[in-house]
Amino acid sequence: MGKLSKLPKVYLAFVFIVLYTPIFYLLYYSFNSGGTMSGFESFTFEHYAAVFEDTRLIMILFNTIIVALLSALVSTTIGVLGAVTITFIRKKALRNAILSMNNILIVSPDVIIGASFLILFTMVGVKLGFASVLISHIAFSIPIVVIMVLPKLQEMSPSLIDAAIDLGASRRDVLTRVIIPFIKPGIFAGFFLALTYSLDDFAVTFFVTGNGFSTLSVEIYSMARAGVTLTINALSGLIFIVTLLLVFGYYAINRKSKTPFSGVRK
Amino acid sequence: MNARPTRFLTFIPYAAWIILFVVAPIALIVYYSFFDLTGNFTIANYQNFFTSIYFKLIVNSFWYAFLITFFSLLFAYPTAYFLTKTKHKQLWLLLIIIPSWINLLLKTYAFIGLFGLYGPINAFLEMIGIGQHQLLFTDFSFVFVAVYIFIPFMILPIFNSLDKLNPALIDAARDLGANSWTTFSRVILPLTMNGVKSGIQVVFIPALSLFMITRLIAGNKVITLGTAIEQQFLVAQNWGMGSTIAVFLILFMFVIMLLTSGSEKGAAGSGKTK
Repeated sequence: MGKLSKLPKVYLAFVFIVLYTPIFYLLYYSFNSGGTMSGFESFTFEHYAAVFEDTRLIMILFNTIIVALLSALVSTTIGVLGAVTITFIRKKALRNAILSMNNILIVSPDVIIGASFLILFTMVGVKLGFASVLISHIAFSIPIVVIMVLPKLQEMSPSLIDAAIDLGASRRDVLTRVIIPFIKPGIFAGFFLALTYSLDDFAVTFFVTGNGFSTLSVEIYSMARAGVTLTINALSGLIFIVTLLLVFGYYAINRKSKTPFSGVRK
Repeated sequence: MNARPTRFLTFIPYAAWIILFVVAPIALIVYYSFFDLTGNFTIANYQNFFTSIYFKLIVNSFWYAFLITFFSLLFAYPTAYFLTKTKHKQLWLLLIIIPSWINLLLKTYAFIGLFGLYGPINAFLEMIGIGQHQLLFTDFSFVFVAVYIFIPFMILPIFNSLDKLNPALIDAARDLGANSWTTFSRVILPLTMNGVKSGIQVVFIPALSLFMITRLIAGNKVITLGTAIEQQFLVAQNWGMGSTIAVFLILFMFVIMLLTSGSEKGAAGSGKTK
């Protein structure tokens, strides 16, 4: 469209530099043979090797991925069913009430979610650990899936469903043959967001994780509190690559579906 | 919409989720705020909350959240504005968003090195003759890192509302003799206020409740409502007091949402920030 004059270009360049400096700084020192993030000694892969040799860390990585995949899968299922039903609610007041409830967890600060879930799990008697972390991640991902799927459902013409019913489709067929294929891009976007929210979550997990179970964020937090270790840098290098792949995957899906790019996380 | 193919059965899991994970947790927080350490019913937590320490805490927390929101907005608005003028704006926007996908902890951790006494920022300060300074564990570093983390969430809604703005309106303002500043303050800004409001919403509320940045970067010097809640729940094991602070945080959250509402539907959908 318009042309940018010099000042705005400099300003944008400045913003990009500031945004990317910390990330590249981490990557740069992940190859430092010296043990600190100041003073580069010589190039080495030893920190990357350390990541792969650390079985505890690998286990934590594995936990993180399992929790993310499972929670994304379950929350997408529940969220899609919820969103479909919401669109069929005809009373406007009720629908708005449900939507507001849906959004409470999205705007709630993590600390509140974490603390309240901790109380909930303790009262109900869920043991803190894998189960509590997984359930929490499912819980805070559901509203995001709903938000991603709803616009797609609203785009869908009701006559599609009427037509299907006139042609003799059962309720189940309408859902699986008409609605779900139509909102597929929204479902993928929701799944993807749920996945990244889970991978990235720190505060909620920090509250509901017990002693024996840890995810990557929580582990990085305790490592960082103990001091600088370049293992974290190497880890960040690996995470950065995975993130980039995920983002471009998501972007590709979104482009096809024309859903506005609105995925942001905690 | 006569057909209701999926009324009851499919709604059960979602309805259960609302009851169990939206309604119940808030109810439990309110319930627990009335208990003291030994499990007796009391309103002492609320009395405590209004004593000087906690009052100072709220004021402090609000002040930092205000600063963080203010600086995010200050830097985000021009960024969003210039982005809409670039050629491949969606691509540039994506590049702005990518850092926000990187694990929050990692970005915060990076600043421990960057701001460290022997880090590059201090090396630069020394080179230009200002000399070494303790940057970590200061208010400055806390606000800087928080702004760094939140700024993409501020840019995104503002970008979206600027992008939707009809350029004919700007041309019209120009034709009618408005200068750049008048065009901006009387046309562009009011029309993008919704984006600004959602930006404030997604930055201010999380900024009130930050706790891990305060621990890693501000060295426990900065205490926010979030730090206090974490402290009460996980360190002091005083769930009653923690819940009381949480009740206030929830109240503030609703107030802020009301103040910034009237914005586009699903404003919250534009971002979740933690």
